[in-house]
Amino acid sequence: MNIQEKIAGFFPEASFEEGEILRIDIPAEKLHELAQKLRDEFGYDYLVTIVGMDWTDSLGCIYYLMNTADKSQISFKAATADREHPALDSVADLWKIAVILEREVYDFFGIIFVNNPDMRRLFLNIDWVGYPLRKDYDENPELNPVTTESERQSDETYVWKREDGKLVKHVERVFQDDDFVVNIGPQHPATHGVLRFRTALDGEIIKKIDVYMGYIHRGVEKLCENLQYPQTLHFMDRLDYFSAHNYHHGLCLCIEKAMGIEAPRRAQVIRVIMDELSRIASHCLFIGTYCMDLGATTMLFYTLRVREQILDIMERTCGARMTFNYSCIGGLMADIHPDFVKDVKELLAICPKNVAEYNKLFTGNVITKGRLEGVGVLTHDDAISYGITGPSGRASGWACDVRKTHPYSIYPELKFEQVVRTEGDSMARFKNRMDEIQQSVDIINQLIDNIPEGEYCAKVPKIIKLPEGHWFQIVEGCRGLFGVYIESKGGNQPYRLKLVTPCLNLASVVDHITRGDKIADLITIGGSLDYIVPDIDR
Amino acid sequence: MEMKKVTTKSMPYEDWKDNEYIESLVQELRDSGTNIIVGSLDTLINWGRSNSLWPLTFATSCCGIEFVSLGAARFDMARFGWEVARSSPRQADFMMVAGTIVNRMAPVFRRLYDQLAEPKYVIACGSCAISGGPFRKSYHVAKGIEDLVPVDVFVPGCPPRPEAMIYGIMQLSRKVKVEKFFGGVNRQENRKEYLAAHPVEENK
Ligand code: SF4
Repeated sequence: MNIQEKIAGFFPEASFEEGEILRIDIPAEKLHELAQKLRDEFGYDYLVTIVGMDWTDSLGCIYYLMNTADKSQISFKAATADREHPALDSVADLWKIAVILEREVYDFFGIIFVNNPDMRRLFLNIDWVGYPLRKDYDENPELNPVTTESERQSDETYVWKREDGKLVKHVERVFQDDDFVVNIGPQHPATHGVLRFRTALDGEIIKKIDVYMGYIHRGVEKLCENLQYPQTLHFMDRLDYFSAHNYHHGLCLCIEKAMGIEAPRRAQVIRVIMDELSRIASHCLFIGTYCMDLGATTMLFYTLRVREQILDIMERTCGARMTFNYSCIGGLMADIHPDFVKDVKELLAICPKNVAEYNKLFTGNVITKGRLEGVGVLTHDDAISYGITGPSGRASGWACDVRKTHPYSIYPELKFEQVVRTEGDSMARFKNRMDEIQQSVDIINQLIDNIPEGEYCAKVPKIIKLPEGHWFQIVEGCRGLFGVYIESKGGNQPYRLKLVTPCLNLASVVDHITRGDKIADLITIGGSLDYIVPDIDR
Repeated sequence: MEMKKVTTKSMPYEDWKDNEYIESLVQELRDSGTNIIVGSLDTLINWGRSNSLWPLTFATSCCGIEFVSLGAARFDMARFGWEVARSSPRQADFMMVAGTIVNRMAPVFRRLYDQLAEPKYVIACGSCAISGGPFRKSYHVAKGIEDLVPVDVFVPGCPPRPEAMIYGIMQLSRKVKVEKFFGGVNRQENRKEYLAAHPVEENK
C-alpha cells in the first residue's frame, strides 16, 4: 500500500495531486492532525518550508516536508476562504522552525496561526498597513512611508487560541518585567550585517534572545511577481551573494524543469564548477571574517587572497566580481574565458596548501580550541527540527547535503563524500567548512579536464512562458538547502515565487543554542552559523 | 591668478574626471575671502584630515562585501589612511553607505548619521544607496538615501568595483581639502537649513 492510499484511509476528505512531489489537499480543520500523522507515522521529520499563498478566492499555505531517513518529500496544502480573519492551525508544536515560518506567512499574508506561541510580524514594522504579498495589497507609499522616525517597539506578543469555537487573542510578553535586556545590533560589526538581537541577560548568562529581522527586507518575492522569468534571475545574486552561482543554478533548474528542457552537458559541467568555486570563495570569506570576529584579524588577509583569485577567474568569464548573473534559462549567458581551465588549475594547486596554512595558523591554536570547542552545541534532532542544513547541519551529524540526498545536474556522477561531524559545536561547524574547501577542490579536479565541447546554451524561446502548474526545486547553496517554489498561471511571469533560504533557519536557531551560554559566546556561535542577513530577510 | 590644483597623493590632477566641480568649490572658497593665518591653518588641518578619513563600518548588503575587499591586502585602503574602520559613529569621519536602505533601517541609519561627529560626510555607494537600485519598485525599500541624509559623493555600480570606491573616497578627500575648517564654506550641507527641514527626533 503506498502512502497515498494509507493517507486516504485516514483522511477520506483529502484529495491528492500526483507529481514529482505528492500534494495532499486537506481541509483546514484537519491540517494539524495530518501534519502530526505525517511526522509521527510516516517519518516526515523535516519541515522544508511553508509557502504562503493568495489564490484571490482563498488564502492558504503549502507545506513541504522531507523524510530525513529515506529522503522522500511530500507536500500538503490547506486553505481558508475567509479574507477578513484568515486562520489556520499552527504546526509549531511539531517542528520548531514553524514558529518563524508561520510568522513570515502572517507578515506577508495576514494568516493567523492558532496556537503559535509568538504571532508577531517578522520583517515589517508593527504598524505596517496591509499584507504585502496579498494580490490586493495597496502599494501606495503614503500608507507605509520611509521615515526617519523610530519605529514603535513593543514587548508584547500574541497567542491566538480557539475557545468555544471562537478565536481569542491572548497577550503575552516576549521578556519578563525584570529582565535585563541588552540590544545588540542592527549596527554591530559582529552580527555580519544588519541583524538585531534583543538579549535578556542574567549577569553574563544569556536567558533569551529575540532575533529581530527585517533591516534588509527588500521584498524580492513580491518584485518577482511582476517580472518575467529571466528577469527574476538577477535577484539570486543579491540574496546570499556568496552563493550567487548556486542560487542561479537552483532557479534555472526549476524553470527548466517547468519548461521541460535541459541544459546542454557543457553548461551543466560549467555550472557545477562555478558552484564549487563559489563554495570555496564563500568558505574562505567565512573563515576570514569569523577569525576576525574572534580577534585573529590577520586571517582575513590570508583567506581573502584565495577569494580574490577566484573572483578574478569569475570576472574573466562572467564580467563581474560579485553579481555574476551567469547561468541563464537553458544554460549559460556566455562561454568560459579561454584561460579558464588554466586559471582554475592554478587555483586548485594552491588551495590545499592554503588550507594547511589556515589550519596551522588558527585551527590548532589553544585559544581557538578554548573558544570553539563545546560552545553552542546543536543536537542532531534539533538540527532537523529547526531545519539547519548546510555545513552547520552536517556538524550535528545530519547528512543533509542536497548534492547527495537529492542529486541534481551532474552531481550523481561525481565521487565525493559528505562531510559530517557529530559534535555539533562551533568547532565542528568551523572544521566542516575547512573540509568542504578540500572537497570542492576534489570535485573540480574531477571535472576541469573533462569539460565537454558543444553548445553552452540550449535553444529557448525568446519569451519564456511556463504552463500552468507548480514546481519545487532544491539545491545546495553554500550555507545549506536553497529551494525555489514557482506557481504559474501560464504566461511569462510567475504567479508566486517563493525562495526557501537556509539563513532564515540559521538565524532562528540562535536563541535556542545560545541559552545558558555567556554573552561573549554569542559572537562565536552566531559567527559559526555563518548566516548572511540579506538571505534571511530576502 | 592660477587656479589651485587640488588633488590627492599619487593622482595627477588631469586624471580626475570632474575637475570643474572642484574648481567651482575652489572659486567659492577664494571668493569668500579669508585672512592669511586662518587660511594657512585651514590648509594644514585639512591636509591632515583628508589623509586620515576614518570610515564607519556600515554595510547592509552586497556592496558591503566589496568594502571588505577594499580593506584586504589587494586593494588595501591603508595606503590612503582610510583603514581605520570604526564601529562606533562617534569615532568616524564619514559613512560609506554600502547597501540597500529599507524602511525599517531608515530611522537607524538616520540616527547613525546624527551620531557622527562634525564634520561628517556621506558617500552613497552602489545603486541601491543612490536610487534603490534593482529594488526600487519594492514596497520596503528607500528610493535613495538622499531623502534621508545629505550626500557628498555618489559611487555608482552594483556593486561598484573596489577601484571605484577608492576613487569615490579620493574625491571626498579632495572635497575636504577645499573646505574651510573654520567657518564652514563648501559643506554641501548647510547644517542649520538641513536640520530645519529634517528635524532630529525628540526622545519620546
Ligand atoms: S547596489 Fe547592487 S550590489 Fe550594492 S547593495 Fe544594491 S543590489 Fe547589492
